[in-house]
Amino acid sequence: MTSSQVDIKDPFAGERLKESPFHPRQALLNLRDAWSSWNGYKFADYYYDEEYEYFCIRNSCATYDICPMQKYVITGPDAEAMLNRMVTRDISKLKENRVTYVCWCTDEGRMIDDGTIFKMGPDRFLLTCGSPSLAWLRKSTFGFDQLEISDVSDSLAALSFQGPTTCEVLKKMGLVGIEDLKPFCISYFSLGSDDNNRLMVSRTGFTGDLGYELWIEKAYALELWDKLYAAGEDYGIQPYGEAATNMARLEAGFIMPGMEFNEALKTVHYQYDQTPFELNLDWLVDFKKPHFNGRSALLEARDQGAEYTLVKLDIEGNKPAEESFLYSDKECSKEIGYVTSAMWSPVVKANIALAMVMTSALDGDIWAEIYYSKELRHHSKVAQCTFQTHPFWSPKRARATPPGLY
Amino acid sequence: MTKYDAIIIGAGHNGLTNAAYLAKAGLNVLVVEKNEYIGGAAVTREMHDGWFYSSCSYVCSMMRQSIHRDLNLTKHGLVLVPYLGTVVFADNGDTMVSYNSEEAEYNQLRRRSPHDADAMFRFQADLARYAQLIRKTLLRTPPDPTSFRPRDIKELLWLAKEFWSLGEKELYEYIRFFTMSAADFLDDYFEDDLIKAAMASPGVIGTALGVYSPGSAYILLHHVMGDVDGNIGAWGLARGGMGAISHAIASALTEHGGEIRTNAGVDKITVKNGKAVGVVLDNGDELHADIVVSNMDAKRTFTQCMDKNDLPPGIYDKAKNFKIRGSSGKVNIALSGLPKFNNVPDNRYINRGGQGFVGSMETMERAYDCWKHGRWSEDPFIESVIPSAWDPTVAPPGQHWMSNFVQYCPPVLADGPWTPEKRDAFGQTVINKIERYSPGFKDLIVHMEVRTPHEIEAEVGLTEGNIFQGELTIDQLLFNRPFPGYAQYRMPIKNMYMCGSSTHPGGGVSSACGANAAREILIDLKRPNTVPEDDFYDE
Ligand SMILES: Cc1cc2nc3c(=O)[nH]c(=O)nc-3n(C[C@H](O)[C@H](O)[C@H](O)COP(=O)(O)OP(=O)(O)OC[C@H]3O[C@@H](n4cnc5c(N)ncnc54)[C@H](O)[C@@H]3O)c2cc1C
Repeated sequence: MTSSQVDIKDPFAGERLKESPFHPRQALLNLRDAWSSWNGYKFADYYYDEEYEYFCIRNSCATYDICPMQKYVITGPDAEAMLNRMVTRDISKLKENRVTYVCWCTDEGRMIDDGTIFKMGPDRFLLTCGSPSLAWLRKSTFGFDQLEISDVSDSLAALSFQGPTTCEVLKKMGLVGIEDLKPFCISYFSLGSDDNNRLMVSRTGFTGDLGYELWIEKAYALELWDKLYAAGEDYGIQPYGEAATNMARLEAGFIMPGMEFNEALKTVHYQYDQTPFELNLDWLVDFKKPHFNGRSALLEARDQGAEYTLVKLDIEGNKPAEESFLYSDKECSKEIGYVTSAMWSPVVKANIALAMVMTSALDGDIWAEIYYSKELRHHSKVAQCTFQTHPFWSPKRARATPPGLY
Repeated sequence: MTKYDAIIIGAGHNGLTNAAYLAKAGLNVLVVEKNEYIGGAAVTREMHDGWFYSSCSYVCSMMRQSIHRDLNLTKHGLVLVPYLGTVVFADNGDTMVSYNSEEAEYNQLRRRSPHDADAMFRFQADLARYAQLIRKTLLRTPPDPTSFRPRDIKELLWLAKEFWSLGEKELYEYIRFFTMSAADFLDDYFEDDLIKAAMASPGVIGTALGVYSPGSAYILLHHVMGDVDGNIGAWGLARGGMGAISHAIASALTEHGGEIRTNAGVDKITVKNGKAVGVVLDNGDELHADIVVSNMDAKRTFTQCMDKNDLPPGIYDKAKNFKIRGSSGKVNIALSGLPKFNNVPDNRYINRGGQGFVGSMETMERAYDCWKHGRWSEDPFIESVIPSAWDPTVAPPGQHWMSNFVQYCPPVLADGPWTPEKRDAFGQTVINKIERYSPGFKDLIVHMEVRTPHEIEAEVGLTEGNIFQGELTIDQLLFNRPFPGYAQYRMPIKNMYMCGSSTHPGGGVSSACGANAAREILIDLKRPNTVPEDDFYDE
């Protein structure tokens, strides 16, 4: 601030990207001002170095601001039935204080979005997802009167806290019994400053590693941040951005909208969106439960079999197969698919990718035509791909309760 | 006296395009234009010292890019510049701004309605899908669905394939789309009235329909199917005004050896032995040609410039009943400075874009009610843009010209013919409304040109002042345009063609009608085709 600074009115007041409740702390750490955006929020691409942040997820612990994620609280006697008709999974089996991964489809069985449902009480659910979904939620309430949907995206702050030392840090922060929290379970704690600041902790995440998500009213967001960072100081705590998330989720084999699937409601070209079967999400579709949206189309799709299937590939060499075409032969004469996400995995030391491959070609050879550049000159190579059935990264601690010492 | 290979009646942008492609194919062509200037409804005129008005059309997005490139219009002086940002005004003074930044736009919508903010994604995807299909038909001659000629069958199959590629559900939706009202269509997406009114307004532009009238949904699509450099739905300004488009095409035409004669209105198309053989001008001059192409609208062509006895039975009546009701006026205003609007953030991205005085769905419909009763709207819908904020060539530095497109305004008033007094009263209604949202606006006015459908008809020859040379409803679209059976640019008289917006794909500055007609003429003459195919960014 210079002394000559005059009071200039911001000509774009109200139109700038919104700042998350954690922004004051995160901005201090965003050395390069590397901001992108998500749902109208200013949102870090990375803070210091994407690879460093990625290694914090795998090696120590790191926080990821999920305030821009969309969050809806659905309450009332019809809440469960409505959600159960909307999503493809049977959530009537979901117990209180549990979380489940779901997806929902159009009448044509094309995937609109995926997300998680938290059962917070008998008639009280939290739905979280990447894209705004209020309009679809409202459409889905047709015939159900006894429920209320409130969009808490802006009022409920959330921080994803991931990595091997997370449990220790939370213990140190005073969350007594956190080590007993099982994957996909929810527990509540008090931050201690007054009675309202109830902290909800779920053992969830998007990294395939040990991790938690911390949920709190936005007024207490900074208090949470400060306590967490104080406790995490000796455990390598660091914020991470979109870039590191994308690396971690790919190693875990998780899909991303805009990468693996095109949200059906935003798709212009016929069938450029996907069914859950194409995305290998068969396990999310439960035909035994009562009617749900897209059911008959999905039945048909299941019986027909998916034309393409999402697969995990281990690719020879070290050049990421970004945007590569896939072929059944080294000569690249028969195209059988395309890569959706690719990277060199620093922790697995493998050249990995997610790809859409014609189901009929899954038994044969898969070759990727890879373009890369070396000091401005473009090169290409053809690399053999090996089909992987398990996530590239899936440490025991991610599932163990207690997770054990890092 | 020289005999031309082809005479084109009217130097509208379509007439000029048609002539340019015929000249490019080596034909000896003459364009005759009744006005002393060219361009028709795509025109720029200096109406006040240093102020150049685009008197009729004012923004551009339908111009076929392949024609732009093929005729080398850039070399001939044409530059199209996208403009950003629109503000819509509600009756209560409330405003909504559209930004070209997805995030700013999303935040803006979300403040009005979180529901509508995310419904907008689906709306945009659906519109893009429909628009894409229509866009593909623009530079193609509609097939005749009753014909068994291989070319028609091939074209019908192509059309069917394109339709089927939408998928079954969307196909049904699409068919509904043609007959729906803009309001019904929007109800499926939005709840906020101002958002609906803003989205509905393109559905009535240039049309004698209201936002609740069946058919208005398609017109909405017609206005968003264009693009600027692949940005679907975006609108641009022609540097130097819309006349720059016509002048660039004219320059390409003369480079190919074509000739343009202004102050040369056509009185009659001469027909001998069932064949068009030339024209008689208003001054009595007779001109001869193997082919006569009319750039005039269908109604004017057949009911004013032809002898009823020269026409096969039925055509005269079809032309007489051609739906071409005028509904819009235009008020062009020279301003001594940039107007300031209430409740509009003072930032450079939007205070220089467009303004939509929509009010509400109710206000838009009430405005239409006035038209039905033969009055101009007391509280009209106005679509404005200030091109001088982007284009340094159309007004003196620091001063501005504002284009105001006004609905509704009837071609004939219930209380008798238009008079200069009534025209000026209409102009007052418009500036009074703007003043409501921009106090002090009137003090900025340096000069003003008020145009009702009456003036538009008198000057451009658009019957009843209908801006599209015929309404864009399903009964007058595709193979029904202008009349069923005559949608392939050939008219019921041999050697006579039409090339104006009365033909497929209809109104707007696109050059498509003129180019399509040229392709058909060259087929009949067994000459090599000079008209390019359309090209698309998104395939
Ligand atoms: C007020 C207004 C606003 C518009 N706004 C837009 C817009 O913003 N964007 C857009 O894309 N479109 C707009 N349009 C529509 C668009 O301008 C027209 O559809 C398009 O310009 C028509 O071109 P045309 O060549 O087919 O016909 P016209 O431009 O109508 O050309 C016909 C020509 O024939 C001449 N003529 C008529 N009778 C005779 C005769 N007897 N002898 C000789 N010559 C004759 C006329 O003088 C005229 O030059 C608008 C139209 C109007 C009127």
